Amino acid sequence: MAEIKNYTMNFGPQHPAAHGVLRLVLELDGEVIQRADPHIGLLHRGTEKLAETRTFIQSVPYMDRLDYVSMMVNEHAYVMAIEKLAGIEVPERAQYIRVMFDEITRILNHLLWLGAHALDVGAMTVFLYAFREREDLMDAYEAVSGARMHAAYYRPGGVYRDLPERMPQYEVTHGRNAEQIRKLNENRQGSLLDFIEDFTNRFPRYVDEYETLLTDNRIWKQRTVGIGVVTPERAQALGFTGPMLRGSGIAWDLRKKQPYEVYGKLDFDIPIGTNGDCYDRYLVRIQEFRESNRIIKQCVDWLRKNPGPVIVDDHKVAPPSREAMKSNMEELIHHFKLFTEGMHVPPGEVYTAVEHPKGEFGIFLMSDGGNKPYRLKIRAPGFPHLAALDEMVKGHMIADVVAIIGTQDIVFGEIDR
Amino acid sequence: MSPKTERLKNALETALAGKLTGLVVDRGQITIEVKAADLITAMTLLRDEPSLRFSELIDVTGLDYAEYAGDWSGARFAANYNLLSIEHNWRVRVRIFAPDDEFPLLESVIDVWPSANWYEREAFDLYGIVFNGHPDLRRILTDYGFIGHPFRKDFPISGHVEMRFDPEQGRVIYQPVTIEPREIVPRVIREDNYAGRK
Repeated sequence: MAEIKNYTMNFGPQHPAAHGVLRLVLELDGEVIQRADPHIGLLHRGTEKLAETRTFIQSVPYMDRLDYVSMMVNEHAYVMAIEKLAGIEVPERAQYIRVMFDEITRILNHLLWLGAHALDVGAMTVFLYAFREREDLMDAYEAVSGARMHAAYYRPGGVYRDLPERMPQYEVTHGRNAEQIRKLNENRQGSLLDFIEDFTNRFPRYVDEYETLLTDNRIWKQRTVGIGVVTPERAQALGFTGPMLRGSGIAWDLRKKQPYEVYGKLDFDIPIGTNGDCYDRYLVRIQEFRESNRIIKQCVDWLRKNPGPVIVDDHKVAPPSREAMKSNMEELIHHFKLFTEGMHVPPGEVYTAVEHPKGEFGIFLMSDGGNKPYRLKIRAPGFPHLAALDEMVKGHMIADVVAIIGTQDIVFGEIDR
Repeated sequence: MSPKTERLKNALETALAGKLTGLVVDRGQITIEVKAADLITAMTLLRDEPSLRFSELIDVTGLDYAEYAGDWSGARFAANYNLLSIEHNWRVRVRIFAPDDEFPLLESVIDVWPSANWYEREAFDLYGIVFNGHPDLRRILTDYGFIGHPFRKDFPISGHVEMRFDPEQGRVIYQPVTIEPREIVPRVIREDNYAGRK
């Protein structure tokens, strides 16, 4: 018999299942994986170093580009760090708007995860369904910030502007006739809140559709049950957070355990898994769809009843209104100073974390009293998850690597920073 | 200080008696300082002591104090360990200064928390802090063959080399950077009560 040796195989960085630019060096014994060595950094842009050379407010758009499928939640952690350091109180309405958009973002993120994960494992349809719903949520993003993805909507002290009273409408083009346009615009007749409410009424049925396609699907279960099992003890040692930790049966969610903004006042549940495999993590995230939907409903309800300011009135932090700026010398000076020199944050250091759709997204911010951060460290949830890939795939078949990358919900914007 | 922070502070002071060189409570968050020589014993205590139980290492941050507020005189490099206890639901930051500025060296905590693996590789890559006992201290975020530690304060934001395709040699080559770093908004530190701020 000829002696059979292990061989190494290169996977990525250009591979549809690599979710971006992951390069994996796999050591195989036949089709069984002995060792996986992920090479990351192909998307490294040095965000943290760049932030040291920008004023506090100029770094907000960089946050969108970290995890580019959950833009607003990244901003949230960053502005919360500045607010904590500078001792800024955010108006309650702004807190509700933030929470609402955090949950919209969670749904956006989980939709992309679900579509991509199912596509990797071989189910095409879910991907198309997921993108149908993403379209509506991105329209909500666009209505509120003007951008479908990179919103830069959260600002230190609140949010950039109040929710619009009118949803943008589709217009007749040579491709679509008036009847089709009327149908598309049907749920856009009212305000943004009406549009979001309409979405939350439709969404549970959509989640049922995804579940019909996957939850009891024999192929889906064969590919995910018992794959990539992580015990609760191991999950903690490996630094897991978010659905990866909850999938292993630990009820840990920052929204409940260390509530920030108005999460303490809202009613929602934290789903957890029992076996710590890919299927349990799938179930956890599916349930999070429904919980997020509940939170959005409560926020919409509150926001309808309580108008008010959405950003602090302190012009050392937030710009004055255009009108005031053009008629009042003091406001003009404030505006000028804020946009030429930026805000000053007192010296000190602070770590703030939010429950990102992928886990704990934290910002460690250190200020020496200047108008720029001295050090900004981004704690990306995907980083320890990907670091544990080697342990999770060991002994599995090569096709399972794809399922495990899918279940980790990897996005390179945040891992490589 | 909330009662919970108070409890954590007391637990830390009892468990790490004699090893603590600093404890700061700032905005409800606790940062402790430990000497580099006590790193492993202190970290093991923090993880195993029933009154603390920091079961997760959330993050390791490299720090370079070279330009801090313009007048820093202490050690230049530090590693910041961000710990989380799931059981008690509290956090602590542990700051360890590397004694030698020329060759910052710390012990690796990979045997205490396996998640330290990539965090330490990152701190090594970006700050050049060497972790003794780390089994695989390769660069992680920068390019293969990168020279220098880009997050140090003396490393220019535009870097030292740039990459382009050379049509004559038919391959990608490195050359010295052709752009100048420019600063649009200068860094200013205002006096303490500037514009009515506390």
